[in-house]
Parts: sequence; structure tokens; C-alpha cells
Amino acid sequence: MASVINPASPSESRPGRFGIYGGRYVPETLMAALVELEHEYEAAKNDAAFQAELAGLLKDYAGRPTPLYFARRLSEQLGGARIYLKREDLLHTGAHKINNALGQALLAKRMGKQRIIAETGAGQHGVATATVCALLGLECVIYMGEVDMERQELNVLRMRLLGAEVRGVASGSRTLKDAISEAMRDWVTNVRTTYYLLGSALGAHPYPTMVRDFHRVISREMKQQILEKEGRLPTAIIACVGGGSNAIGAFYEFIPDREVRLIGVEAGGRGTALGEHAARFRGGVPGVLQGTYSYVLQDEDGQIALTHSVSAGLDYASIGPEHAALHDSGRAEYVSQDDQAALDAVVKLARTEGILPALESAHAVAECLRIAPTMAPHDILAVNLSGRGDKDMGILARELKL
Amino acid sequence: MAIHFDHKPGLVIYLTAGDPSLEATRSIALEAIDAGADVIELGVPFSDPLADGPVIQRASERALSRGTRLKDVLRLAHEIRAARPVAGLVIFSYFNPILRYGLARFAEDAAAAGADGVLVTDIIVEEADEYLAEMKRVGLAPIFLAAPTSPDERLEAIASHSRGFVYAISRTGITGKQQNLTADAAAVVARIRRWTTLPVAVGFGISNAEHVAQVAEFADAAVIGSAIVELIERSTPEASPGEVARFIKGLHLHQAELAR
Repeated sequence: MASVINPASPSESRPGRFGIYGGRYVPETLMAALVELEHEYEAAKNDAAFQAELAGLLKDYAGRPTPLYFARRLSEQLGGARIYLKREDLLHTGAHKINNALGQALLAKRMGKQRIIAETGAGQHGVATATVCALLGLECVIYMGEVDMERQELNVLRMRLLGAEVRGVASGSRTLKDAISEAMRDWVTNVRTTYYLLGSALGAHPYPTMVRDFHRVISREMKQQILEKEGRLPTAIIACVGGGSNAIGAFYEFIPDREVRLIGVEAGGRGTALGEHAARFRGGVPGVLQGTYSYVLQDEDGQIALTHSVSAGLDYASIGPEHAALHDSGRAEYVSQDDQAALDAVVKLARTEGILPALESAHAVAECLRIAPTMAPHDILAVNLSGRGDKDMGILARELKL
Repeated sequence: MAIHFDHKPGLVIYLTAGDPSLEATRSIALEAIDAGADVIELGVPFSDPLADGPVIQRASERALSRGTRLKDVLRLAHEIRAARPVAGLVIFSYFNPILRYGLARFAEDAAAAGADGVLVTDIIVEEADEYLAEMKRVGLAPIFLAAPTSPDERLEAIASHSRGFVYAISRTGITGKQQNLTADAAAVVARIRRWTTLPVAVGFGISNAEHVAQVAEFADAAVIGSAIVELIERSTPEASPGEVARFIKGLHLHQAELAR
């Protein structure tokens, strides 16, 4: 009798693969938990009661739908495309991350898991996770690199106030990558009792698919809103890409609409050399990091490279596998904006529209500032404003000498 | 040269290659074999070893800071093979350094170096199609990990695709010390044996003679990693081969005492 589990080639089409990317590259100890999660998620997806509970929380607790705001002054000043901002920054906890945190926390509850762990870079996913754990009465441990704890201190304090335990990670580059490794070490140890609430469209299957599904609501709303306001689809959509959760959420419903350009903006950091940026499509090579096959910034020996970005949320050596597939197929374009451009974009948006974007989202705004003037007046540019910038006040005060 | 365990329990000794230097790892490996190690697992240092505890994380950092590369580890394997033709030799790595080196090229070079098998921490059977084909092509034994959490259908697949031996993880968790072996270890070994006649080695947290004696009751071999790596960390490069040999002999001595 043939075994039920058989080796497959990366190019074979199956759940969890995006072209040749994705898959599951994890220690065997985690496999049973990943398979269980995959099945539970499939069941929850088709469970009307689960979906109704999630929809209710997204509406009344998180504040969906978020507005699609026409940025009149910015559009006029740039003198090109009509610019719309998808206001994920207005969500409860201040970023899109709450969409996924609510979805996965309800799933954990459904699975009977009482202990939640998560990693966080900028702290937005950590805050969202701590928030939903408080809401649902779940134990919460957040892993965060020490460098990130220092530069996003406000979010550390918020998580603690919400009752979460924040564990600093002192290994490696002491940023998001190391926080994920430490969370995976916790999970592999406590896998029978613990739910790992991964915060980006990264990691082993089913995470990239599940996280994307919880953020699809962004593009679903955008499509409806832009059709109501303009009667046609946008010319282009711009989103920043760290792991890629807000971007895949903003892109997903537009993927079949070939006339809509999808533009992902990576962190250009402070230079083009390896270690000075987090632009995976500009120097990354396909490889395996933390459970998934995707583009990875690495040296010629396959050691993972250090990265740099002024924004903690984009400061990561790999990228969600679905973005790797969209990149290779040419369906989405990926560019980068550097630290200075992001800082300039924060100031520009604050002073023209009175909106303070997160440094992550400011990378998308920077790309908007670059291309909007080159576009025609009837063109429509939609920017996913994934988070608000209050958390960055320490960095902004220093960098902008406020 | 093939993986075999002549006495029970066999001893599999893990070393992070290049910690504290390639020369030191070579001396330690040779002394370990002479002291009774049946199989040496040569660990390829990786920047992000997410299955490892603090001891092997630190060893990997030290090895990388000395510039240890996969090709150096393969050269070291070749030297060990030349000096000790009979001992089992396994290359132990995370997948990314192998992918970057090139899977086919790695398989050829590891086989040419005289390795018997390969263990990749973050490869599971479902993703192993090309890896298994390469291992088969060059005659290397693919060794898969089996976990206490693996259900029977996974253990069946792991057992049927492994060669050389099956590596049973003693408990859920990362590499590193523990006080007592849990009941998990014996249970997973008993379940694996339903699917294979290959030897089963137990690893993760095996750090002293008592643990080795316990493993002997239900498995064919014990894997000792972090305890040895920590010994090397505390020792000087000059003294560590002797200390590791003494430690390994102590594990056997205890065996002999128990047998009497």
C-alpha cells in the first residue's frame, strides 16, 4: 500500500505553493501542528458562525470598513494622478495588523489553545496580538528583537499595558528575523499547548495563505470604494512590503484585473551594499528562511544577510512567497525607497494632508510622490496607508530634529 | 564505511564544524572516534539555527565568525574519512547553505568527501523529492528526523525514506540539555519500529551516562550534541580533544558498570 505522505517536487502545484515558492521547511516536530492548523483553518473558512464572529469584530471592534480617502491637496501639489489613501492607519491599534490578529486569535480559540505567542518587528503586530488576547482572555507572549524594542519603545509599553509579556531577543541582528526564530523555538517546545500567531504572509504553509486571506478585506473594500467614487478601477496600487501582509491584502482582489498595476515598495535602507537595505528583489536569491522558499538576502555561502531599514517593520531578509511568485510572473512590480525618502514622505504627508503615516507605510507614500507627477490627471493612484506613525515619534524626533 | 552500531547503545557525536576552528574540530572528531563514537555528525554552521538552543547557537556564531564555509566542512569530512575509514560520517545542516551551494553539487561533493549520510534539519519528507533523488544518485543516506508529535502516517513516511538510521527526537523542543528523559522518547522509538528495521538513534537533551543508559533500554544509539559542544566551549582548543575523549569514555564506562 502506498504511503499517504509522499515526497513532491517544488514545481508541483499544491496548496501552500505559489509557483515554485512557499512550501514547508520546518523541523519535523512542527509538522503535526501545521497540518492541524491547515485543517482547522479550512474548516473555519467554511464555518458561517466563525465568519460572522470575525466580521462582527472587524466592524464593531476594529473599525472596518476603513475609508478610501481622496487626498485632494497632495494630488494638486504633485500635479499628476488622483491620489487615494486606503486608511488602514485608522483601525484600532493603528495598523492593518489587527485584521489578521483577530482572525487567527479566533482560530486559536476554536482550536482550544489558551497560550498565544507572536513575533513583532515594528511592534504593530505585537500590539494587535496583545490586544486580541486581552479581548479573548488568552495568555500572550511576544518576541521582539532588542534593537526593535529600543526603536519602537512606545509599542513595547503598549503591549505590557495590555497584559502581554514582551521577551527581548538578543541573538543575531536583534530584529524581526531573530524574533521569528525565537518564537519558532518557543513553538517547537510548547507546540502541544501553544498557538503561534504569525504576523506576516511568511513562514510555512498554511501561514502565507491564511494571513493573506485575513487581509483580503483591504482590497475587497478598496475595489468597491473606488468603483463608487470613480466608477473605474485604479491605474495603480502601491503598498510597502516587509513580509508583505498589507501589500498582499491590498493587491489580492486586483490580481485578475490585469490593467491595474500592482507596485510593492521595499526598504532601500541607507545604501545598495548587502547589509545596508532590505530590498529582497534587488540582490536577494531564492532560498529557505524560517519555513518558506522565497527570495532571501544572503551571502554566497547561504548565510542570511543582515538588513537595515529605518522602519523596523520592513527590516527583514526574506519576503512572503506569494510576492516572489508575483514578482517572477511580472504581475506585480517591486521597487525600493530609501530611509531618507521615507522620512521626507512622512513630513510631506503630515503637512499636506494632516496624516502622520508609519515609517513602513511612508515607503509606499514615497513611491507615490515619485510617480504621481509623471502620471496623467485621469490616472488613479491608490496607496495602502498600512499604519499610523505615532509609534515612530522617537525616531522622527531624532531624524527630523523636531 | 557505512553507518553501523556494533555495540548498544551506539554513540553519535555532533560537532559544530569550525568551532573553535576547523583544525580543532578535526582533532576532536578523531579523538571522539577513537574513544568510541560510532558516527560523527559534522554540523554546518548557519546564521539562523531555529531548531537549536543557545549552546549550538553560540557555537555556530563562533564558527561563522572564523569564516567557516560549507566547502570547508566538506574538506574536513574528507580529512576525517581519510584518517578514520570505518567511522560513520554524516553532514548535518540547515537547508539554505546546501541550496546556495547547489543541491546536486553538494550531493556529489559530500559523497566524494566520503560522507555516509546527510541530515537536513528543516527538510520534511513532503518537500524532499529532489533532495532524495540527489541522495540516491550519489549513494548518500538521507536521515530524517522523527518527532514525538509525528502521527503514525508521518513516521511511516519518515521510516520508509530514511537510510542509515532514523533520528528520533526525544522531546518537543530545541537542542540542549534536560534533566530527565521523558516518556516521549521511548514511545516515539517504539512507534518508529513498527515501520522499519533501521537502527533508531535518540537525540536532543542526551547529556550524561545515565541518559545514555536509559536510551540503551529502547533504542540503538544515543546522539550527544549540546553537552559536547558546551564542553568544547568551556575548554581550550588544545585541551578539548582530550576532554571530549574522556567524556565519551565516561559514557561507555558507565555502560560497562551497568552491565556488570
